[in-house]
Amino acid sequence: MIAEGSPVELFELQGEELWKKPQGPKGVSLEQCDLGLGAGVVKGAYARLPRYFNDADRVMDLESRLLHCMMTLQGRTREQATLRVFGNDDRPSEMELLSAYIAGQSRGARMSPGTAHSKEKASYELGRALYFHRAGAWDFSCASCHGEEGKRIRMQELPVLYRPEHARPIMATWPAYRVSNSQFKTLQWRLNDCYRQMRMPEPNFASDSTVALALFLTVTGKGEPYHGPGTKR
Amino acid sequence: MAAGPMKMRATLNGGVTDVRVLMTHPMETGQRKDPDGKLVPLHFIQNVTVKLNGRTVVESQISQGISRNPVFTFRLKGGAKGDRIEVSWIDNQGETNQTETAVA
Repeated sequence: MIAEGSPVELFELQGEELWKKPQGPKGVSLEQCDLGLGAGVVKGAYARLPRYFNDADRVMDLESRLLHCMMTLQGRTREQATLRVFGNDDRPSEMELLSAYIAGQSRGARMSPGTAHSKEKASYELGRALYFHRAGAWDFSCASCHGEEGKRIRMQELPVLYRPEHARPIMATWPAYRVSNSQFKTLQWRLNDCYRQMRMPEPNFASDSTVALALFLTVTGKGEPYHGPGTKR
Repeated sequence: MAAGPMKMRATLNGGVTDVRVLMTHPMETGQRKDPDGKLVPLHFIQNVTVKLNGRTVVESQISQGISRNPVFTFRLKGGAKGDRIEVSWIDNQGETNQTETAVA
């Protein structure tokens, strides 16, 4: 019910504008960014991520690919492009707006992340290992919360994300708009905040380990038609 | 803050036009405090006007900041496919925005 008339579409509109806006030292837009289906193809691209990209020789999720395009196409430095990756109430970040637009262009497309390339397989295995790897001040892993059926935090049910039937509806609705704070949030933010809640060191934005986790979760939930960007509590 | 985008849909359902419009607006209640503890001034959409083919059909006054990025829906009698619907708002600080669409 909360999805009806959700402000997601406003973020999508702002993201589209940003996608087409010339920026950076080279003064070009991101429109020629190759999200995996060829330069400039946005439709259906999100549903096929994360996957291996030849030009960068690594597995990339949406945010790391955008970062790559900002650096290669627009000539921005990594420091400048990652200055503000998570927004706040009053000002969403560039990544959030762009991912709203790009993910919105995959509505109805089946989630089919990369699973064939050897680096994709290695990344999946790394993500799986990270999901169960206990560490940090509280000796937590993702599975500490998302490892047993029927658990919840307050009234929030915790999905067991290594099980396809739980991962499918979740992965098909991120990135998402959160009603409780009126913000649009990316999957990178979700992972980052989980690490914060586990009292672990903050993972680097778009690092190989966060991409590996994203790939592991997306592969687990693959096959579901994308019906995001979602609306979350 | 410059006025952000608006998004509107108008669909005809058995002689009644359903208009659904999303607006970008902070809709401050005047009771929230910023990180320095100062009150964030009242800032909300005060008047919304809906026009059907240039004729005003809804004039609404809003008395306070409701939710951020609000969605409004109206049901209008007597619309027809292709009719032009315009929605405009003005907030208590004088900012305005408008959008228009055709009934589908």
